[in-house]
Amino acid sequence: MAELTVTVPDGVGLHARPAAVFVQAAARAPADVTVGRPGGEHVNARSILAVLALDVRGGEQIVLRADGDGADEALAAAEKAILDPDAAHG
Amino acid sequence: MAEVTASRGDESVQPASAGERVVTLTGVGASLGMGIGPAVLVGGEVPEPPDTPFTGDRQAELARCEDALAAVAADLEDRGRRAGGDAQAVLEAQALMARDPDLAQEVIRHVNEGRTAARAVHEAFGTYRALLALAGDYMAARVADLDDIRDRVVARLLGVAAPGMPSLTTRSVLVARDLAPADTALLDPLLVAGFVTEEGGPTSHTAIIARAMNVPAVVACAGATSAIRAGVRLLVDGTAGLIQLEPDEATVAAAQATMTRRAATMSRSSGPGATADGHRVPLLANVGSAADTAAALEAGAEGVGLFRTEFVFLDRTTAPSEDEQVGLYQAVLVGFSGRKVVARVLDAGADKPLAFLGIAAEPNPALGVRGLRALLTAPDVLAAQLRALSAAAAQTGALLEVMAPMVADAADARAFVEAGRAQGLEGPLGVMVEVPSAALRARSILEHADFLSLGTNDLTQYTFAADRQVGSLAAYQNPWHPALLDLVAAAASAGQAAGKPCGVCGEAASTPALACVLVGLGVTSLSMSAGALPMVRTALAAHTLEQCRQAAAAARAATSAAEARAAARASLPALADLGA
Repeated sequence: MAELTVTVPDGVGLHARPAAVFVQAAARAPADVTVGRPGGEHVNARSILAVLALDVRGGEQIVLRADGDGADEALAAAEKAILDPDAAHG
Repeated sequence: MAEVTASRGDESVQPASAGERVVTLTGVGASLGMGIGPAVLVGGEVPEPPDTPFTGDRQAELARCEDALAAVAADLEDRGRRAGGDAQAVLEAQALMARDPDLAQEVIRHVNEGRTAARAVHEAFGTYRALLALAGDYMAARVADLDDIRDRVVARLLGVAAPGMPSLTTRSVLVARDLAPADTALLDPLLVAGFVTEEGGPTSHTAIIARAMNVPAVVACAGATSAIRAGVRLLVDGTAGLIQLEPDEATVAAAQATMTRRAATMSRSSGPGATADGHRVPLLANVGSAADTAAALEAGAEGVGLFRTEFVFLDRTTAPSEDEQVGLYQAVLVGFSGRKVVARVLDAGADKPLAFLGIAAEPNPALGVRGLRALLTAPDVLAAQLRALSAAAAQTGALLEVMAPMVADAADARAFVEAGRAQGLEGPLGVMVEVPSAALRARSILEHADFLSLGTNDLTQYTFAADRQVGSLAAYQNPWHPALLDLVAAAASAGQAAGKPCGVCGEAASTPALACVLVGLGVTSLSMSAGALPMVRTALAAHTLEQCRQAAAAARAATSAAEARAAARASLPALADLGA
């Protein structure tokens, strides 16, 4: 299991467009990615509704996890989408 | 879990049987002309699907869910591509919700527990709705998005129209139970070939917006939303009040020829209003804001016969200051320098409550403290409005006349005229005739007032004791009824006897045939929405005053609205050639 902790940039957090970009990146990633708060419950990063329900605000830390083949690549793509939604989009 | 026995599509709708049968629906023509285009169903509220146990094929039910979710997502993405920009990002985010894999798992779970597709979708969305709602106000917009997507998916599964106004890509006929101002506010007139509504009457919002857009409309058309499927080609005849489903090519060609004739007629129409033998009938416009004045001037309005001043007051908790009112009135009056503008003072009641008028809730606002009755309880508001109108007219050079709404008798008329004179108004002061008592005793009213203006919408409502807002009573809201024509004749005769003008500013004036009849009854000017002016001008110019009088007499001799209309049209031979 690969794991990565990311600080969400200031701003709207994982809501609105950044959330959509993140979920789309997770959907394209070669392995399943989950997301949650440190020590908290993890949800499917490909589910926009689950991600929105986490209600992650700008400046918060979140943990990304992936398993199996392509796990590292999937985490890198998901992290990039969080840190730079404009570049990751499309 | 049940075995797969049915293939996908077994439950789908029957293929359209174009050409096999001609179906005609009848309603009330509310905006003239004809239009052809594919039907677009505009939905109202989507019902909550009942939680009745599902005993059919679960695999097929799951496939229906998948299809509906995917179709809604594709539709949102498609709209996004067409809209571009920020709207695209918003719509794509919504599409992601419809494609959410966790949501799909929830739907599967509910179907496997024995629920119908629609109920399973309702339940699954409900789970996420509750989660998002927990996050508080911050998430309110997402909850609304989610509800919207749920309604779209459920509507598909139930086979009912999706909520809200669909975005139009081709010139279409909009079919709805009824339309609200929010639905029509952003419509592009070039993309609307016609309106069909089940509810509403000739004075409903849909009818008024259709006339303003110069698009045909048929209202009070029972069964329209169930008989008409999305995409079916419709021919809307707003003159006859008919709708044809999948018309054949000969019918379409004939309709197109009529439309061409009508367009040619309208483009030739210009100049002041008069009958063929030169009897002058000033043609005026109804305006409710500065935005309306451009259309009025472009359509060749000789002035304004009804300036609705409500826009200055609505949504206010305190009365606007006199200075502010002067500015707002000037913006409307400035285009009409040297021309007549008849302003109606504030027409409010318990249905449009304004805090500063202090009108209490009433069981029946149409029969309550409204119009002049309300203003007489707030004399300061009336006095300030009269002064502001007068000042705005002086600065713009418009020839101002002012009238009061909801006048019942001579005492009302006198109170209004005295209030006007007390504020120094020198121009004509008149009253609207909307209450039968005012029409019956117009002569005594004209002992005080300088002119009459018939508001046929309210006069019809009060004559037949039939609420304008109640769709099931729409059949009564027909200005062709001889009872209404008798009242118009009574008021017009009183005007002629007193040598004072009696105009019509209700929507009745916008129907070419009825406009001729009104002139035949002795009405001296006609005021209507700008879009109706060219056809009315042409219809009048094509007939003599004597023909108009004969049409009026024939209509009054009839016993029903339909007979009156037929009799009048028989006396006005040029109408058919004009496409009116």
